[in-house]
Amino acid sequence: MSPLASENRITTEELRDLLAGRRLPKWAPWAVAGGAIALSLLLTAVGLLGGIAQGAVLAGLLFLFGQAAWSFRVEGRRHATDRFATTLIYTAFVVAIVPLVAILFSVIQKGLEVLRPEFFTDTMRNVSSRGTGGGILHALIGTIEQVLMATIIAVPIGVMVAIFLVEYGKGKLASTISFFVDVMTGVPSIVAGLFIFTGLILTFGLERSGFAASLALVILMLPVVVRTSEEMLKLVPKDLREASYALGVPKWRTITSIVLPTAMSGIITGVMLAVARVAGETAPLLLTTFLTQSLNWNLFSGPQAALPTFIWDQISSGTDPSVSRAWGGALVLILFVAVLYIGARIVARIFAPKTR
Amino acid sequence: MSQQTITKPDPVEIRGSSVRRGDRVFFNLSRGAGILMLAITGAIGVFLAWKAIPSLQSDSANFFTEQQWFPDAVPPVFGIAALAFGTVVTALVAMVLAVPVAIGIALFISHYANRRVASTLGFIVDLLAAVPSIIFGLWGLSVLMPNMQGFVAWIVKYFGWIPLFANPEQVYTKSILIAGVVLAIMILPTISAVTREVFLQVPQGHIEASLALGATRWEMVRMVVFPFGKPGMVSAAMLGLGRALGETIAVALILSAVFEINWQITEPGGNTFAANIALKWNEAGPNGLSALIASGLVLFIITLVVNMIARLIVARRKEYSGANS
Amino acid sequence: MKTSRGVGILAVTAAGVLAVAACSSGGSASGNSIKASGSSAQKNAMTEWINSYQQANSGSTIDYQANGSGAGIQDFINNQTSFAGSDSAIKDADLQKASQRCGTGPAINIPMVGGAIVVAFNVAGVEKLDLSSSVVAQIFSGKITKWNAPAIASLNPGVKLPDAAIVQFHRSDSSGTTDNFTKYLQASAAKDWTTAPGKDWTAPGGQGAKGNDGVASSVKSTPNSVGYMELSFAQDSKIPMAAINNGGGAVMPTTETAQAGLASATVVGTGNDLSLKIDYANKAPGAYPIVLVTYEITCEKGLQGGALTLTKSFLQYTASDSAQGMLSGIGYVPLPASLLTKVNSSVNSIS
Repeated sequence: MSPLASENRITTEELRDLLAGRRLPKWAPWAVAGGAIALSLLLTAVGLLGGIAQGAVLAGLLFLFGQAAWSFRVEGRRHATDRFATTLIYTAFVVAIVPLVAILFSVIQKGLEVLRPEFFTDTMRNVSSRGTGGGILHALIGTIEQVLMATIIAVPIGVMVAIFLVEYGKGKLASTISFFVDVMTGVPSIVAGLFIFTGLILTFGLERSGFAASLALVILMLPVVVRTSEEMLKLVPKDLREASYALGVPKWRTITSIVLPTAMSGIITGVMLAVARVAGETAPLLLTTFLTQSLNWNLFSGPQAALPTFIWDQISSGTDPSVSRAWGGALVLILFVAVLYIGARIVARIFAPKTR
Repeated sequence: MSQQTITKPDPVEIRGSSVRRGDRVFFNLSRGAGILMLAITGAIGVFLAWKAIPSLQSDSANFFTEQQWFPDAVPPVFGIAALAFGTVVTALVAMVLAVPVAIGIALFISHYANRRVASTLGFIVDLLAAVPSIIFGLWGLSVLMPNMQGFVAWIVKYFGWIPLFANPEQVYTKSILIAGVVLAIMILPTISAVTREVFLQVPQGHIEASLALGATRWEMVRMVVFPFGKPGMVSAAMLGLGRALGETIAVALILSAVFEINWQITEPGGNTFAANIALKWNEAGPNGLSALIASGLVLFIITLVVNMIARLIVARRKEYSGANS
Repeated sequence: MKTSRGVGILAVTAAGVLAVAACSSGGSASGNSIKASGSSAQKNAMTEWINSYQQANSGSTIDYQANGSGAGIQDFINNQTSFAGSDSAIKDADLQKASQRCGTGPAINIPMVGGAIVVAFNVAGVEKLDLSSSVVAQIFSGKITKWNAPAIASLNPGVKLPDAAIVQFHRSDSSGTTDNFTKYLQASAAKDWTTAPGKDWTAPGGQGAKGNDGVASSVKSTPNSVGYMELSFAQDSKIPMAAINNGGGAVMPTTETAQAGLASATVVGTGNDLSLKIDYANKAPGAYPIVLVTYEITCEKGLQGGALTLTKSFLQYTASDSAQGMLSGIGYVPLPASLLTKVNSSVNSIS
């Protein structure tokens, strides 16, 4: 007990009120939430509200304003605002989680129907659109090859651009490049597809192939790789560079053996995010590849399928078995991307710089 | 000009000896990559413009004010007015819905949730960014749209007196509003991921100082986090807007694709540049192809302008550059 | 001077990439595989034909990309494919360009797959509906807005029609289906159908959906709705179809009635070109009027090597009785015998 308390014979609770202002009890939010839910359930049951969605919105609003009003009376305006904002922020998060769970649920539920081992080892060659069976091997191989090729082209160029911007970046050229990287970030995927289609296929007679698709994906990957690599390179402490220069190491050796390895984990994460982003692109592939139901290992010649175009094709067949295959393809695509994400996080953790 | 903090004078410039040949090669390689980036962006614009010219010359209507789209008719009549309207309005609806929620998520993860929970939550939201757009379209069409009808009807019933929500036909599907909601869900992760990274950069000292002065958590956010993060928030929002403007497949599946300007966003209708390209590409004749490419060029220019504006607002903060930020 | 070196490295890289691309882009056919693209209307028929052809000739691969008739014709002109599938015969400027691509011979239209466009509906409790061409036109132009409108009710005595607004679905993408459907409306109900026929839906009202599949799933999931789509999609989605009365009594769309409707088609092409003209105002009893024919467009002369052999062999197969016989099982319509004879001689002339 503090001397103040013993002299005036007040409780600790009163003391806290005295020092920090009166506060709502800890159970206050739960009480308000319970009341809000009960009231809106009652109104929904009575039939005053249209449905569950409206009921949920009402419960949210009741909680939001109920808690704020109570808090306003007891704690004053500042704490009422704080509680109001906190509720909104938690709500925002819940609002975001709902569609994610809904989408994942839909895809998993509908996709699992066809997800048998053969789904990964069969192609759609000689499979009737009205019949069940068939698989995604051809599309999976296509997606892996196309995305891999896009990565092989985009990553060295992107990282070199980032190095230029961070290590040598000054003057007009650098600021121009930096601006156009931002512009490219906003290039819609269908415009990238249009560019490859008009520029290379119509004008130079390039065959529609997995490689043409890779080139379209490169356009979409490049800006992401540049931006993330740039941010990561900037995080490399300058002491490291200075120590290297002081030892007489040339600048390019400093970059390749000191700066890049230090930033590597971040760059890899960025690359993985870029890969995940382009793996699901449909629009550019429709313009740049030729669809096939058969397996084609050759990226450079002939028709080659990919997961997004497989899904597209199966949906447009319109039969129940085809639509099921499309959802199965969607599930595999999400799994593929999720594996990449998790892979990126593991890689990032392994290479994580000790300076953090 | 946005100078990066350079730690050393460029060795290439102070010494030219043969020892530094490696430096020169490396410098030129990296600069070459940069120039290649410029070349690609330029090439995209030039090729689209080149292929767009024939249809623009053939157009018997005003390309910018005409709403209809008949590029293969004789004489060709087509314009981007309805497309531009639909593109901008769906994107705006998406932004109005997504930006506040995305900032909320970013705040939740950066300053409200506890550390370990936060990184997992961040991962989950990032995963949403990777869901392919065709799946969003399918989900929007087959799951969201049927389930949203009652809610839209409810909005129309009580807010129908606002012209924007008027819906005399009482048909609530395939509308700009629904496309906007799907787009909002699609761009949420993009905006919140970037915003979150910026919020995490707020110096801990500032946060602790404001809390020590008796600020509530919200006052701390408002007076420390927001001012610091404002440029980042703007640039994140612009990134999201760019994606919303250019989204193709999801929008093509959902919208009713009507070539007229209609402000009543709960009615079936709407069309966008990207969706129109996907819908008309299949049956387009030579002039039709050229006209679609012209519309693609306009979309490219719009995204370019959006990015320019974002850049002007943000002017890429220098605090982040250099080390130890 | 530093710039020039950078540019030089760049140029070498770019040249290398292009060289790789150029090497890889050889001809469009490599002996035992060909590519074709176009009409999505014949997609499911092509899938079945290709499947059975490939099973019989296991070394051969035929890839058909259903990217739309317009894109298919462009692909053919740009030498990307060996033949194109199209919902309408190639003519005028496109025909000239296509013939140029063939080099020595003209490009020809060969009808191959017959189909029917059905008016499918989703009205609770109603399984059977008779509609006259005029009523169809009025529904799709927005002149009839309720299911219990006198015009519909008088054609369907005894059917309990609800007092509900008609939700009309059409295609939001350009399509040959829309083209044929609007041509039919104009030919058989000119008074009630005033908008020009074409690949794009231009009548006011209604809602657009992408693709036959989009219209079918929209109708299926929307109460009191109606939409037009190809027969097979209505069958696959199990949506009831309306019988159409074009003046000779109401006719349900089936393979047989549609084949009878196709018999009204007359050849207007010359030589081996078999462009057809369909009589949409066909009043013959038992003939379903809303039919369409999709063509394969290829070179009469000018295909080379393996592409020639495989294209000819595959088209000979698709024009055979057995291949045509498969069509009725999957919602398409076999060509009438008289036409099929001409198709066979046309295919045999390819060299």
